[in-house]
Amino acid sequence: MYKYDQIDQQIVDERVAQYRDQTRRYLAGELSEDEFRPLRLQNGLYIQRYAPMLRIAVPYGMLSSRQLHKLADIAAKYDKDYGHFSTRQNLQLNWPKLEDVPDILAELATVEMHAIQTSGNCIRNITTDQFAGIAPDEVIDPRAMAEIMRQWSTFHPEFALLPRKFKIAVSGTKQDRAVIQAHDIGMEFYTDSSGKLAIKVWVGGGLGRTPILGSVIREHLDWQHALTYCEAIIRVYNLHGRRDNIYKARIKILVKALGIDEFKNQVEAEWAFLKDAPNTITEAELARVGQHFEDMPYDALQAHEASFDAAVASNPAFAAWVKRCVHAHKTAGYRAVTLSLKPHGSAPGDATSAQMHTVADLAESYSFSELRVSHEQNLILADVKLSDLLAVWEKARANGLATPNIGLLTDIICCPGGDFCSLANAKSIPIALAIQAQFDNLDYLHDIGDIELNISGCMNACGHHHVGHIGILGVDKDSAEFYQVSIGGKQGNDASIGAVIGPSFAADEMPSVIQKLIDVYIKERTDEERFIDTVRRLGVAPFKAHVYAKDTNEATA
Amino acid sequence: MSNLIKLNGETASIVENEWTCVNLPASQAEQRVQAGKVVLFKLTGEKSVTDEQIATAVIPATGKVIVPLSVFIARKNSLESRINAGEIGVWLDTHEVLEQLIEHQADLNVLLIIAVHVERFADGRIFSLGTLLRSRYGFKNELRAFGDVLKDQLFFLKRSGFTSFLIRADRSAEDALASLHDFSQPYQGAVDEPQPIFKRYHRTA
Ligand code: HEM
Ligand code: SF4
Repeated sequence: MYKYDQIDQQIVDERVAQYRDQTRRYLAGELSEDEFRPLRLQNGLYIQRYAPMLRIAVPYGMLSSRQLHKLADIAAKYDKDYGHFSTRQNLQLNWPKLEDVPDILAELATVEMHAIQTSGNCIRNITTDQFAGIAPDEVIDPRAMAEIMRQWSTFHPEFALLPRKFKIAVSGTKQDRAVIQAHDIGMEFYTDSSGKLAIKVWVGGGLGRTPILGSVIREHLDWQHALTYCEAIIRVYNLHGRRDNIYKARIKILVKALGIDEFKNQVEAEWAFLKDAPNTITEAELARVGQHFEDMPYDALQAHEASFDAAVASNPAFAAWVKRCVHAHKTAGYRAVTLSLKPHGSAPGDATSAQMHTVADLAESYSFSELRVSHEQNLILADVKLSDLLAVWEKARANGLATPNIGLLTDIICCPGGDFCSLANAKSIPIALAIQAQFDNLDYLHDIGDIELNISGCMNACGHHHVGHIGILGVDKDSAEFYQVSIGGKQGNDASIGAVIGPSFAADEMPSVIQKLIDVYIKERTDEERFIDTVRRLGVAPFKAHVYAKDTNEATA
Repeated sequence: MSNLIKLNGETASIVENEWTCVNLPASQAEQRVQAGKVVLFKLTGEKSVTDEQIATAVIPATGKVIVPLSVFIARKNSLESRINAGEIGVWLDTHEVLEQLIEHQADLNVLLIIAVHVERFADGRIFSLGTLLRSRYGFKNELRAFGDVLKDQLFFLKRSGFTSFLIRADRSAEDALASLHDFSQPYQGAVDEPQPIFKRYHRTA
């Protein structure tokens, strides 16, 4: 992974000093609440319901063991001994003290980490596929370009105060795993017909109140121009995006208002001036950064490993875990492993300090001391030998990190919701826990198969509920917490936005509502059909009919 | 004491303000200058300043003055000799359209100063305006930020091509000075240093 040189280090050190001074001035009353807000937000510090919340950047989801150990220590020292991995591959601390934040940042800087631009109206952490560099279906490893874009976007002076936050995702696979169509800019890397690295650029995607999938603004862009083309897009947005209404301030609203063709014309007119400007990326720079992402020194292994096959055959619990949590690797004899942060009964994405230390140790022993955070809020060991999988499983299981539910109904994506977030209409974590309790039978979960359930506590959609096969949205009904359910959303190349099935439900009805949706699916599915396929084939009607059926229904509200 | 910071190359100092700023008289008409309405202005040609405001704006008869863009455009003929004498500068708001200035004043460098007024410090359009004035339209003279100008935006303003900063009256310019150097080696090319770090340094992996 990328290692800082003295220039990178100096920038984060100077940031710590700058933020320390800003915090001091705020505490001394020299900065008003309004003036301090954008400053702390650009450093990932929210003031939430009970405490501030600090979002720490994990650029494109890559972490070293050393960094994760440090995060665990910070969570122990400054927080309540746990952290929350978010859908944007970052780590969020729920209980730090505002006056401690400069010290936390100083500690992060010692392991080449920071909280720069993890929130606020600026270019945010750039996200990508958690299997980057090792996926068999990968065309281009997007991480070198992601790092180049990280550096370019860090304190970009022209885009320091945009109308609204700006999220960029990059991906280099045939099967998109980075949800690029749900980002302000999505960059899809591919090899063009002349064998060169090229980019398909998407713009104007976003979830939130007005979910919109991105449109293609350019089918083919030479990689050298990635930064200047983004500058053209963001300049048009910076000048013309709405600033009078935060709900209409995202780039998606501007793209919609102008239409993609007019927006594209304006961007291309701007780019005519920017093309080949000094920020054009050089071969040398791509090569320099690329060196940090070269293949691990893999052993030459056989594609099969007898001890592993024997363990799978004799140990059903291990076999179930392998089925759900172990993924293909481009190198023979290696696999990627997802460590589930979704054990039934605790908040999705949470990890205790002890668990973080365990994962860091596992990475050290079995996966070249590196790991990744997935946007599904789990942790990934990317390079594990087949022969080590049993040992990894045993240690992970002993630490509550081996729930074999990856991609299953209880692998829920869930925002912090009303337990922590002051914008929430409703709690989301208790709903996740209740659903996990309702479906606490692994055989049954495996029988239901691949499904994604996403929960957001309000229309800001931090839990990506629009693209969940089942989406749950907290709504406010006469000051009571209710939940609206949608089905048929999907992320990936064939992304879609879910359709609401009808009136919302009270919290205690939710497990049975989900049960009824699953019952319809089990009854109607053809062989090999996943939940989403059945919904797409049949539409919402049969699901709706069963959920709201009069005789069984105490539910409608 | 003056609250004006002026850059001279890399050195910044607090200097007296020799320019007088002309403001538009308050308007009765509803002001549609809200951020984000630029698209509308552009499409409809709707004006954000009334003819009456332009006509009644009081321009001091002597001395160096900075006039609003709309006044500059409408009353340019009567200001001709003073413009040539280097006594007239122009200021614009962040929602105004630069192309209008260019249309009426092809050679910007006749103006010794252009100023951009930022009503709320969080309005980052000012950075794009500065960048465009410098890199697209070749403006070389003093470029000033005034209005809600605070210490924490100075570094970005400087990188976007601004060379003078009228710090908000209730804040100390002295305090703000240091922020011009918050970061010593920026990553990306911008107005003040067009080359990105990877073209300025030989970075080894
Ligand atoms: C409690 C602290 C949080 C607050 C106050 C908050 C606030 C918001 C707001 C206001 C939006 C909507 C922005 C817009 O559409 O313009 C949003 C969107 C989002 N947030 Fe959060 N959020 C919080 C925590 C989180 C967490 C923990 C995650 C990850 C698990 C997250 C991930 C996202 C994502 C992925 C979106 C959707 C982005 C999009 O609209 O394209 N947020 N958040
Ligand atoms: S979706 Fe709403 S409730 Fe959930 S974290 Fe985001 S803003 Fe808070």
